[in-house]
Amino acid sequence: MPQINQLSDVLYSQLFWLLLTLAVIYFGIGQAMLPKIMSTMDARSSRITDDLAAAEAARRAADATEEAYRARMAESRTEAMKVTGAAKQESARATETRVAAADAASREKIEAAEARLRAAAEAAMADIENVAAEAAQDMVARLAGVKVGKSEAARAVKAAMADV
Amino acid sequence: MAAESTIDPMHQFQIDSLAGDLAGNPFAFTNSALWMLIVLGAIFVFMLGGMKRELVPGRWQVMVEGITSFVASMIDTSIGPEGRKYLPWVFTIFMFILFANLMGLMPFGVVPGVHPFTVTSQFTITGVMAIISFSIVLIVGFWKHGFHFFSLFIPHGTPKPLLPLIFLIELLSFLVRPFSLALRLFVAMIAGHILIKVFASFIVSGLNAEGAMGPAIALLSFLFIAGVSALELLVAAIQAYVFALLTSLYINDAENLH
Repeated sequence: MPQINQLSDVLYSQLFWLLLTLAVIYFGIGQAMLPKIMSTMDARSSRITDDLAAAEAARRAADATEEAYRARMAESRTEAMKVTGAAKQESARATETRVAAADAASREKIEAAEARLRAAAEAAMADIENVAAEAAQDMVARLAGVKVGKSEAARAVKAAMADV
Repeated sequence: MAAESTIDPMHQFQIDSLAGDLAGNPFAFTNSALWMLIVLGAIFVFMLGGMKRELVPGRWQVMVEGITSFVASMIDTSIGPEGRKYLPWVFTIFMFILFANLMGLMPFGVVPGVHPFTVTSQFTITGVMAIISFSIVLIVGFWKHGFHFFSLFIPHGTPKPLLPLIFLIELLSFLVRPFSLALRLFVAMIAGHILIKVFASFIVSGLNAEGAMGPAIALLSFLFIAGVSALELLVAAIQAYVFALLTSLYINDAENLH
C-alpha cells in the first residue's frame, strides 16, 4: 500500500499542502465568502417575509375598504329609502289637504245652494198662503157674503195647511 | 498474462514528486499537492458563482446557496444556534472532501499523461482533518466546561457500581472517534477505486485473452465498472456528508455536553 510505504517520505509534504489548502478554503471561502452568501440568503428570506407581510397588509386594507364601501352603500340605501318615504308621505299629505280644501269648498257651495233652495221654498210657501187667504176671503165673500178680515183668513188657511 | 502484471491497482495511490526532492521535504510539490490545488481552484470557482448576490438567483447561485444552506441547516439541527461559529470549518471540510472525492472519480485519465489522484484516499489527509475536528471538540469542550467536560463520558442514570466501567467504555469510544472519522473516509475511497481498477484490469486481460470467454468477461466487467462508478459518485457525496455531520455532532457534544 503506497500510503504506508511512502508515509515517512510524503508525510510533511502532505501535511504542508493540506494545511495550506484547508487554510485557504477556511479563511478565503469559509470566513470571507460564506458570510456574504449567508447574508444574501437571509436578506432574500427577510425580503420575502416583508413582501408577504406587505401583501397581507394590503389585502387587509382592501378588505377594510370594501367593508367601508359596503357600509356606505347600505347607509346610502337606507338614506334613500328614508328620503323617498318622506317624499311619499309629503305628497300624500299635500294631496290630502288639497282634497280636503276642495271638499270644504264644494260643501260650502252645496250648503249655499241648499239655503237658497230653502229660502225659495219658504217664499213660495208664503206666497201660497197669501194667495190661499185672498182666495178664501173672496170665496167667503161671494158665497156667504160675509166679509172676512185678512188676518182671520190667514189664520184659517194656516190651520187648514197644518192639517194637510 | 503480460498485460495483467503491469496493471497495479494500488499504483493510483502512489505519490510522485513533480518538483523538489520527495524524501521528507515538506515543500515538495507532489501530484497529491497538485490535486489539492485543483480541488481548491474548483471550490473557489464554484463558490465564485454564488457571489453574484442577486435577489433572484441564477442556476449557479442556487447551487452554491443550496450547498451552503445544506451545511448551515445541518449545523443548526445538530448543534443549535451557537453552532454557526463552526460553520466555516464544517463547510471547509465538507467542500474539500466532496470536491476531492468527485475529482478523483472524474475520467481525466482519458487525456494521455493525466493521472487523476484522489486526495482523500490518503490517510495522511483524512487523518489530519479528523485530528483538526477532534482538536476543535477537545479545545471547545475543555474551554467551555473545564473538567466538567468529563461528564460527557457518564450517561444520565448510570448505576453507581457501573460508573467506572461505563466511564472507561465511553472514554474509549470518544478517543476512537478521530480514527473512525479518518478511516471511514479513507477506506471508502480506497475500496471503491481499487474495485474499479481491478475490474478495469479484467477488461484488459479479457480482451487480450484467447477464446470466446474473454470478451464476454470484459463486457461484464465494463458494465460492472459503470455501476460501481455510479455508486462511487453516491459514496463520494455520502462520505463528505458523513464526515461533516459527525464533526458537527462531536462539536455538539463539546458545546452542549448532553
